[in-house]
Amino acid sequence: MRNKSLLLKAWGLLVALPLLPSLVFAFQSTTARRASYGGLTPQAHWEELWTEVMWDITIIGGVYILVALVFFFAFKAKSKDGVGASPKLSLQAVIGWVMIPSMLFLGDDLFLYVKAYELHTQMREVPANAQEIKVTASMWNWNYDYGDGVDADNELRVPVGKPVVLRMISEDVIHSHYLDKYHVSEDVMPGRITWEWFMPDKIGKTVITCREYCGPNHSKMFGKLIVLSQKDYDAWMAEELAAVMDKNTSSQQVASITTGAPLSIKAVQ
Amino acid sequence: MMSTTMGHEPNGTPGWPKTAKEWLFTLDHKVIGVWYLIASLAAFAVAGMAATLMRIELGSVGPDITSDGNIYNLWLTMHGAVMILGFQIPALLGFVANYAVPIMIGAKDMAFPRVNALSIWMLWSGILTALANLIIPDHFNGMWTGYPPYSLTDLAGNTALYTTVVVTIGMSSVLGAVNLASTVAFMRCKGMGWFQMPITVWAVFTANIMQLIFVPVLAASVLLLSLDKYLGFGFFNPEVGGDVLLYQNLFWFYSHPAVYVILLPFMGIIFEIFSTSAKNMVFSYKTTVYAFLAFIPASGDVWVHHAFIAGLPDWLRVLQSFTTLLISLPFGLLMLSLVATMYKGSIQYTGPMLWAMGGWMMLVFGGLTGIPNALSSVDYGISDSYVIMSHFHYVMAVSGSMAIFAGVFWWFPKLTGRRCKESWTKLSAIGFFVGMNVVMGPLYIAGIAGMPRRYMDYQQFADNTTIVNMQYISTIGLYITFASVLLMLFTWIHGMLKGEKSTQNPWGSQSLEWTSTALIAGQGNFPSPVSVAKDWHPYNYIDNPKPAFSSS
Ligand SMILES: [Cu+2]
Repeated sequence: MRNKSLLLKAWGLLVALPLLPSLVFAFQSTTARRASYGGLTPQAHWEELWTEVMWDITIIGGVYILVALVFFFAFKAKSKDGVGASPKLSLQAVIGWVMIPSMLFLGDDLFLYVKAYELHTQMREVPANAQEIKVTASMWNWNYDYGDGVDADNELRVPVGKPVVLRMISEDVIHSHYLDKYHVSEDVMPGRITWEWFMPDKIGKTVITCREYCGPNHSKMFGKLIVLSQKDYDAWMAEELAAVMDKNTSSQQVASITTGAPLSIKAVQ
Repeated sequence: MMSTTMGHEPNGTPGWPKTAKEWLFTLDHKVIGVWYLIASLAAFAVAGMAATLMRIELGSVGPDITSDGNIYNLWLTMHGAVMILGFQIPALLGFVANYAVPIMIGAKDMAFPRVNALSIWMLWSGILTALANLIIPDHFNGMWTGYPPYSLTDLAGNTALYTTVVVTIGMSSVLGAVNLASTVAFMRCKGMGWFQMPITVWAVFTANIMQLIFVPVLAASVLLLSLDKYLGFGFFNPEVGGDVLLYQNLFWFYSHPAVYVILLPFMGIIFEIFSTSAKNMVFSYKTTVYAFLAFIPASGDVWVHHAFIAGLPDWLRVLQSFTTLLISLPFGLLMLSLVATMYKGSIQYTGPMLWAMGGWMMLVFGGLTGIPNALSSVDYGISDSYVIMSHFHYVMAVSGSMAIFAGVFWWFPKLTGRRCKESWTKLSAIGFFVGMNVVMGPLYIAGIAGMPRRYMDYQQFADNTTIVNMQYISTIGLYITFASVLLMLFTWIHGMLKGEKSTQNPWGSQSLEWTSTALIAGQGNFPSPVSVAKDWHPYNYIDNPKPAFSSS
């Protein structure tokens, strides 16, 4: 009896072993990179993790399916009334067959979790120098408000190389602001300001599109992210500001426009 | 004393009731089980047609068969709601639970036969109400999830219908769950201990316990929708202090466990067929049972992974990202147990076995593709995309359907006394498996390339060749699937009318429904009460003691 319980304890220790290397490895790799995230942009970091996760599940799945296929071939019935001959499991074997796979799964879970947590930190910490743009969603339109009376529908222009944070609210139902190629989406809803940030790192155009079902024209609620060089962006901004000034002087309604915030955002602030 | 025409006291005659009256007013769990099966197959046909129309529409950029967003969204709403509430849950917790479970545990009927009849007719009224959505002018098109504020707008159509359908089917489920749990707890035949029950019974039992815990929350959340919309309550209206996110929390608190309410019973069917086909004891039987039970606590604290991008606090996202990953433990153990059950087996590849293997394989892909989704930061890039849609079709929709159809083929001889043609059964299984992989595999790739779900068109991605090509290939897969479903239906009809007569126990099972009742069991199932010995086990194929009958 005493021997048996000792044996069980030994099992317990043994099966916890796979946890250790995976944890050590994951923590090491992440703490080393925490300061700068390895110099990766959030989107590159996301793609790196995505590739790792895909490898992870491909290897697990590959091994599992391979073993299964071997069994399916090897243990095909030889006669119509044959019966199986699976071994009877001892208590130790039962515990082992629970603990070892569980610890392997847990080890893999923790390994991926630590890495995903690191990415989470990067994607949910807005850099101090981020430019803030207000987004107002409505059926079926995206409005981008840069302040100083400059705003645009369904076209988001930003300068390359500078982080941007979007503060978002909806005038009607729930939408979700998805930036293609930046792997980021956040729901936009009435009564609550949500946000996402991204790092435009390449000059050019990408798709912005709604990712939360919002009615018959949900799939038509899209726009463009236009990343410009700083020079082009400044030129565009100057043009817009000039247009605002023109409008202001002609309509004499300076006060209400220069507050810069759409009505609905003010209402909940 | 209840009259024997009501259909659940033993009368010694095998076979189905002969008159329409007996079929309609029956209290016999088997007849009720068949009613569930008919209802769920009808629901599958309707929801399958909706899927077919959507897939054709999505085959290329621009309008193909409709340009009306409302019509497309009606298909989408019907597909989701009817497949889950009308097909999968009733097929598993209705047909399998009612038809198979009582005979598998040696009971003469369910614990509460009249409540059972009430459940099935409530389900039928729920399904008929849902189908009315196809006819009424202000049809509900707020998706099967019914998120406010959209579902509270006029655009979403008749929200009251949605509430009514969910509450009616929900009440039917709760009644069914009370009934099934009581049956399993108190109606097992003499000598059958908890750990001598077939895995299918354990799986259905566990799923029903989860229904009892979680369904009321769903019923409450959809009731609040109608209170808000028609009586101006404002639970979800931020202008009067409500919160739109309240609904998502309540809804997913039920609807994530609902995935396991479907997944566990269909895994139960796969276990049943795997073990019997390999003539091997379920690997580490007790552990497998505990792994099933572990889903009850494990599923209650993971709902936020459906709302990682919904503006909830970051700490909650990372917390439930972790609890979600923990699901991999019981799930992984079940998957290991399935394969290990084959070890040193004597596997016969029958038609139902091929269907079950297809379901198992889809489950492997589905389980693995769940891992990225559980990581909150990875989810930011794929949330509400085809990646998610493809994942849950693998893990629940397609694998579940294949396992359900495996179950239908499995119990087909008991239902009809006849066999389906084996070659057609196998061909339809392979066709369905290949077809659905051609549908869903490319869509996973389209999802990685950025394709959002619930889109009727994707002109913004017209330059994205990956998305355009994958949508096209996926639609080809639809035609393969469609043809195999037709073949399956034909195989059933042919088997029912002209199939070769079945022997008493065609699969060589040790479970009571095959060994100890007539092939087509009559009223009361067993001519006299059956009992099993202490060392009897439904998966012992080597030296199982024969069940005995007492002459009472
Ligand atoms: Cu939208």
